[in-house]
Amino acid sequence: METRYLLNMENISKEYYGNRVLKGVNLQVKPGEIHALMGENGAGKSTLMNILFGMPVIHSTGGFEGTVEIDGKPAVIDAPHKAMDFGIGMVHQEFMLIPGFTVTENIKVGREISKPTLLSRFLGRSLETLDMDSMRRDAKKALSDIGLNIEEYVKVAGLPIGYMQFVEIAREIDKTGIKLLVFDEPTAVLTESEAERLLEIMKTIASKGIAIIFITHRLDEVMAVADSLTVLRDGEFVARKDIKDTSVVEIAELMIGRKVEKLVDDQEDTRILSDDDIAMSIKDFYVMMPGEMVKGIDLDIRKGEIFGIGGLAGQGKVGIPNGIMGLYESEGTVKVFGEELDLKKLGNALEHGIANVSEDRRGVGLLLDESIENNIVFTAMQIKEDFIKKIGPMKLFDSKKAKEHALDMIKLLDIRCTGPKQTAGSLSGGNQQKVCLARALTIDPEILIVSEPTRGIDIGAKKLVLEYLVKLNREKGLTIIMVSSELVELRSLCDRIAIVSDGKLAKILKPNDSDAEFGLAMAGLRKESGGNE
Amino acid sequence: MSERLKSIYDSIGLPRLIIVGFFLTLLAAAAPLGLNVSSLMGDAIRRWAMYGILVLAMVPAVQSGIGLNFGISLGIVAGLLGATLAIELGIGNPWLSILFAMLVGLAIGSVFGIGYGMLLNRVKGSEMTVSTYVGFSVIAFMNMIWLSLPYKSGELIWPLGGQGMRTTISLESSFGGVFNNFLAFTIGDPVTGLSIPTGLILFFLLTCFLVGVFMKSKLGMAMSAAGSNPAFTRSSGINVDKMRILGTAVSTALASIGIITYAQSYGFLQLYNAPLMMGFHSVAAVLIGGASINKAKISHVIIGAFLFQGILAVALPVANKVLPEGNLSDVIRIIISNGIILYALSKTKGGSK
Repeated sequence: METRYLLNMENISKEYYGNRVLKGVNLQVKPGEIHALMGENGAGKSTLMNILFGMPVIHSTGGFEGTVEIDGKPAVIDAPHKAMDFGIGMVHQEFMLIPGFTVTENIKVGREISKPTLLSRFLGRSLETLDMDSMRRDAKKALSDIGLNIEEYVKVAGLPIGYMQFVEIAREIDKTGIKLLVFDEPTAVLTESEAERLLEIMKTIASKGIAIIFITHRLDEVMAVADSLTVLRDGEFVARKDIKDTSVVEIAELMIGRKVEKLVDDQEDTRILSDDDIAMSIKDFYVMMPGEMVKGIDLDIRKGEIFGIGGLAGQGKVGIPNGIMGLYESEGTVKVFGEELDLKKLGNALEHGIANVSEDRRGVGLLLDESIENNIVFTAMQIKEDFIKKIGPMKLFDSKKAKEHALDMIKLLDIRCTGPKQTAGSLSGGNQQKVCLARALTIDPEILIVSEPTRGIDIGAKKLVLEYLVKLNREKGLTIIMVSSELVELRSLCDRIAIVSDGKLAKILKPNDSDAEFGLAMAGLRKESGGNE
Repeated sequence: MSERLKSIYDSIGLPRLIIVGFFLTLLAAAAPLGLNVSSLMGDAIRRWAMYGILVLAMVPAVQSGIGLNFGISLGIVAGLLGATLAIELGIGNPWLSILFAMLVGLAIGSVFGIGYGMLLNRVKGSEMTVSTYVGFSVIAFMNMIWLSLPYKSGELIWPLGGQGMRTTISLESSFGGVFNNFLAFTIGDPVTGLSIPTGLILFFLLTCFLVGVFMKSKLGMAMSAAGSNPAFTRSSGINVDKMRILGTAVSTALASIGIITYAQSYGFLQLYNAPLMMGFHSVAAVLIGGASINKAKISHVIIGAFLFQGILAVALPVANKVLPEGNLSDVIRIIISNGIILYALSKTKGGSK
């Protein structure tokens, strides 16, 4: 017997400027089921949801291929309001609520119930008065449907975060004819008890026949509430499974997948790594970086190794280098070759020979309006007073020397540009990354930290950047700490990989450990990782 | 060829072409109206150099990231304090007198600038609004101070009453015209010819050069970086707030030098409300020169000061001829000067960072 699907997306493909982000993906959801949509960052989950909601970003970039059926009938959704007409709603990760409005007003905003007045008879519907009583009734009903016990007349501003989420859900439920609700990582901002509560509510909603698409990274939550799941990986459809037929380990394996592509050719390895020769030792390290909080991490990085730090976005891996460099407030001790860093002092890490290539290339990594040359030499000039000629008490910029050095770097890293005077902002992503790398290398560091070195750059440049990192490590003995969301990258380069989850160290793995182990560590299930809590 | 033309056009920009066109039109109109073009030009050149340093004060401010410094009045009053002190002490030698005035102005201006910079660091994102009000309020505050400073020199205080300073103070016995007359010469007829205030121009260009050197120094480059990308600058271990304070202080100190240069050329010190709008004029000039809220170069200052002051110098006599009826020319003066400011402000590219 053929199953009836509420939503059936088949063979969906999407291209952004020649970059295929979805390759023939299927997604089927039955009425009243909780369907988990899983995948790493960049697997294509958001793009798929954007397609479902007919977001402008999809249609302004050439639409998509494939078919979408709702209730067995082909549906054309090319604008967000059409998705609403089809009964599809979304609970956003960041709350779309108006703080100064009451719960009722927030639930009803845009869909107010109104009564005609004298003025409105002449001047149209916008001047009708609000029927607060029936609005309040509706709001109460929606709230009680999800089992939430708050007064509908309080202002949203004072509510705890978890409640805001529930108000948002109530708003979606209140829409008439809602058939499908999408929860985009709803538990990310909630406390544990709030999250449990939310999962309960999801079950309640599903029992009323509304289907739910549940986007999350948390395997335990999926196991707890979902009926079935779809796994995406690198824009490809991996599997659709029923929860009862699968296990945590299998899901983890499906998410990570064995990727055979080899990013870096083998190079001769004559390094001797020793646990006694520590380049950087991090103890009890906390970083207050919004969105990437680090909550107590201990790491020892051996001299001469390539050490990887992985994990999902928002789990704190990016916070580590930012804390070390003093860019965000941090606590704990960081020792570099036995010397303790003064974390409060900006630039102290640089003075200790640590160079950092930021994850935010355009925001932090470059002076976009300045020349390549200035970008490359800036840090070295400020920290080490290279490229400076002294005339009396004045320290003037030595542009001749800077130009020579920039030309060397351009040649060495194969930066494609019209010359050292071209502005950094006009370069392609890959070449910008090379400029960032050149700037870091110009201070002649002992330890190089690179964050997301291949984000947003094409495959050719990617290979070149990664190979150059390995070369630096092997030939110059440079200790490299590489922070990346791309597990493949980490596994093809690093000697050891620390997986960070929820701001803490989940586990330190070897590149050839199994996919399941990586998957479990990334999902924050620290089963066999005793002593790392 | 058209590619080349287009790139030249792009680098000049439409607003500047329009302003240059307006200036040339005015000049062309001057001769048929019976005005003396060479004396008008002489006037334009003198005003260019005398205002130039006040415009130059915008460069460190913009480059350090605080945006256009409407609050240079702070530096202006510092300069005025220096100048009045020089007169009060009765330093007879004009060169010594102006040197003393400038040193005192620099010192007070730097101190004011540091405090002002600290204030601006607390209002990141709305520096330009705050600086406008700082500029206005310091003038109001100084109005009270001018009235109550215990100066004794007869040149400074009202002849009757014996207390409180005059609104306009002659510099004849101190440093009036000391730069203007240095190596000055006249092209053509001594009365109607084109007179060149060599010393003034040299001093203006020298100041530009010094600021240019500073911008190319280690400190200056760190300051510019702080303005163009604070996050980048922090990641290179530089304290962005300190750089912004530095930029503000240099800007304020330059304004104090600027007002003294201005006053020596004008021949009078103007106290009280006179400097109220000077911040706006400097902002307008640098914008016309091609600067934006995020980027200003020395070349923008030199070009902008010339165009803005040139138009004012030429437009008024022309307007007077076209509309000889009494008051109207003064109205025209206000319309033109504020019109240029409005136009320049409306043509700025990019939002504040």
